[in-house]
Amino acid sequence: MLRIGVDVGGTNTDAVLMRGREVLATYKAPTTADVGGGIVAAIEQLLRQSSLPPAAIGVVMIGTTHFTNAFVEARHLCRVGVLRLGAPATLAIRPLIDWPAALKQAVHGHTEIIGGGFNYDGRPITPLSHDEVKRAAREFRARGVDVVAISSVFAPVNTDQELEVERILRDELPGVRVCMSSQIGRIGLIERENAAVMNAALQPMAERVIDSFRRALLDLGLRAPFYVSQNDGTLLEPDVVARYPVLTFASGPTNSMRGAALLSGMSDALVMDIGGTTTDVGALVQGFPRESSVAVDIGGVRTNFRMPDLLSIGLGGGSLVTAEQGKVRIGPQSVGYRISTEALVFGGNRLTTTDIAVAAGYADVGDRARVAHLDRKLVNAAVDEIHRLAEDCLDRMKTSAGDVPVVLVGGGSILIDRQPRGCSQLSIPANAGVANAVGAAIAQVSGLVDRVFSFEKLGRDASLNMAREEAVRQAVAAGADPATVVISEMDELAIQYLPGAAVRVRVKAIGDLALERAA
Amino acid sequence: MSGLKTITLDQVDDLARGAAILGTGGGGDPYLGSLMLRQALHDGGEVRLIDVEELADDALAIPFGMMGAPTVMVEKMPNGSEMVAALELMQRHAGTPASAVMCAEIGGINALLPLVLGARASLPVVDGDGMGRAFPQLQMTTYNICGVPVSPMAMADEFSSTVIIEAERADEVERLGRNLVVSMGGSASICVYPMRGRDAKRSLVRGTLTLAYGLGRTIRVARRSAGDPFAALLEYLRSTPYYNQCRVLFTGKVADLVRQTQAGYAMGRVLIEGIGGDAGRRIDIQFQNEHLLAREGDRVLAIVPDLIAILDAATAEPITTEGLKYGQRVTVLGISAAPIMRSPEALAVFGPQAFGLDAPFTPIEQISY
Repeated sequence: MLRIGVDVGGTNTDAVLMRGREVLATYKAPTTADVGGGIVAAIEQLLRQSSLPPAAIGVVMIGTTHFTNAFVEARHLCRVGVLRLGAPATLAIRPLIDWPAALKQAVHGHTEIIGGGFNYDGRPITPLSHDEVKRAAREFRARGVDVVAISSVFAPVNTDQELEVERILRDELPGVRVCMSSQIGRIGLIERENAAVMNAALQPMAERVIDSFRRALLDLGLRAPFYVSQNDGTLLEPDVVARYPVLTFASGPTNSMRGAALLSGMSDALVMDIGGTTTDVGALVQGFPRESSVAVDIGGVRTNFRMPDLLSIGLGGGSLVTAEQGKVRIGPQSVGYRISTEALVFGGNRLTTTDIAVAAGYADVGDRARVAHLDRKLVNAAVDEIHRLAEDCLDRMKTSAGDVPVVLVGGGSILIDRQPRGCSQLSIPANAGVANAVGAAIAQVSGLVDRVFSFEKLGRDASLNMAREEAVRQAVAAGADPATVVISEMDELAIQYLPGAAVRVRVKAIGDLALERAA
Repeated sequence: MSGLKTITLDQVDDLARGAAILGTGGGGDPYLGSLMLRQALHDGGEVRLIDVEELADDALAIPFGMMGAPTVMVEKMPNGSEMVAALELMQRHAGTPASAVMCAEIGGINALLPLVLGARASLPVVDGDGMGRAFPQLQMTTYNICGVPVSPMAMADEFSSTVIIEAERADEVERLGRNLVVSMGGSASICVYPMRGRDAKRSLVRGTLTLAYGLGRTIRVARRSAGDPFAALLEYLRSTPYYNQCRVLFTGKVADLVRQTQAGYAMGRVLIEGIGGDAGRRIDIQFQNEHLLAREGDRVLAIVPDLIAILDAATAEPITTEGLKYGQRVTVLGISAAPIMRSPEALAVFGPQAFGLDAPFTPIEQISY
């Protein structure tokens, strides 16, 4: 079975052709405005390199930051109606209260807050009134909103009302799309609602983009199914992405880390991705990125997506090196993509970290003679500072004091010439430059449950079983081969101050794509 | 800074960040409180702050806050009008209209909620609070220490269904209140410690709303000018009337973290290894929701009720005990509590022994470093 992984980033489009864990061909080119066309070019090139017909390809996986960028830049967004279920609770904070004005103006069509929602223990706050939903629908129709985002209090505990409202709206507002918060976010009404509204704003564009992907593959004569990778490094069916584009928001860094795991053969390690301007460090836990526990801002909007926990510092191959009173300073300013003309070794006149690595003798790019004049003391001090920055960044991402293995990827990895302190084993895998496309190509499918259970009512074992079964069911529904599904994460968090043993349980199940079905 | 007279939309974030510092690791995330305040201001409400001396001796002033589980509050936020309903019930019970709203706790989310009520009920808010920081229990207030009864306590849920609790002892009020909170769906608006102006004047930790805003503003200004936020914070604190004994206790990285939930409290300790000028040293900080004790070996560096705040070493962003992670670079500040919080009566209620600590209270300015 041959797989193609394509990663459409803001700067580059990378692609790989893989058989199992083996990389057969790679591709890298600047990302074009026409994303579908970029994917076609990448796949055509891979097929040509390997002299394969399109029919040989079993599946195509696509990772993209397209939707993230569109939201942040407020491009192609549509007008959203927000329908919150929870009144009389929640009125003290109305939807979108702290959105940046420009985004709010681009997105906000109309808000209705009606009765509904649940308490933490599953009791309804108020019963849902169909008449109220229909009245809200009339308001949305009158204001001409394109999509309605539904957010209901404690929807992660009980999705019934969101589903019921969705059904009513489909009847009342034919042709208007509907997006449910429970399909996107976890506990935290404001953050989940924000995510639902972001998603709703992107939905029509996402449908067009997914459609263009589909057509692009058909134009190539590719009949293989395709999937899109989501934030946690697992796959979504295209139809799901068309409806829930925000689920792809953090897929870029996730794919890069997953690819690093495969290429290095390490499943528990820190991954250090050194680019031209920044170094990103993330942690792999059982082959998946450790997720951030704090709220993530996207374009100034607070969300609670499952995002990889990443630390970024201003160290890259293009970082500027300066010396003041004998003290060497690296970055955060960088010549970025202009490194190929502005660095000393490439004939420019800016002293960069790449020049230092060449002058020190451990990197071999550009013209070494152009850095021969550099003061040895400065070069040595800068080499030490580069490694100190890298070590510091690695150390911050560790969760315990012991040494850990480190996987080094990215074009700036030439800056590192020795095993960093605190690192037990340094791995610089082949094909590290296309790790993100590899990550897309090897992605699995998952199901996630994040819900409050009453252990007093159900018992701990029954509650956890229920959560596990639901997570597995979701993974299978998302396309996993049931025989391969395992529980990959399980957290229990007792809710403070409440008796009744209310516990928030989070379970994730993961399995291999059921390709025989897909093929 | 002289006392603030108002809080406007552009001051909300500064106030919230300062309240988080005074939360000394606990007190609940002020984020939701800041959103509620934004909404109230957006709806045309105004926040008017008054000095406690502006209260007539027999005027009724009512502290306000929310009680419940943070995990519930992030889903089921209040309506807004139940805050007013709790206040109205308290007024009916007292037989007089209230002249002002007060804060019970300046650390964390409860610093902002009285401002929300003040804006909604068109009442001024007294600049000050009853804890001078955050504490885990209702009786741990200067109001209690000065003999102001915690009871009656008025509670309201999002339907504006209200209950009043009268009980002799503060812990009874707390126990009954917690049970009612559960049947109210996990969180409730509460009015407690209703008091007259003369009692407010002798029991209040004064000026703490201005202090919280000043702390937040100092950090923002220092960041914008790329200055050292810690130097700026110390300079600001030294200009205040009684939070002026302060120092950077330590700068280091989180090297170990032990956390557990016991009887509903986040208990634990964090070990911090020195970096930079503190390299080679290590301290540990013990917490119960809030930081209680910072020690280097057996040597006490700062102890409750003095304030121990953990901030991000680069940005000075306050870090809660929940937000602590291995490897974080942090700077620890020690700050003197107000004199009213250091009396023998106060120490009996929220001094080291009240938290089961062996070490005696030593004011931070008497500790040699």
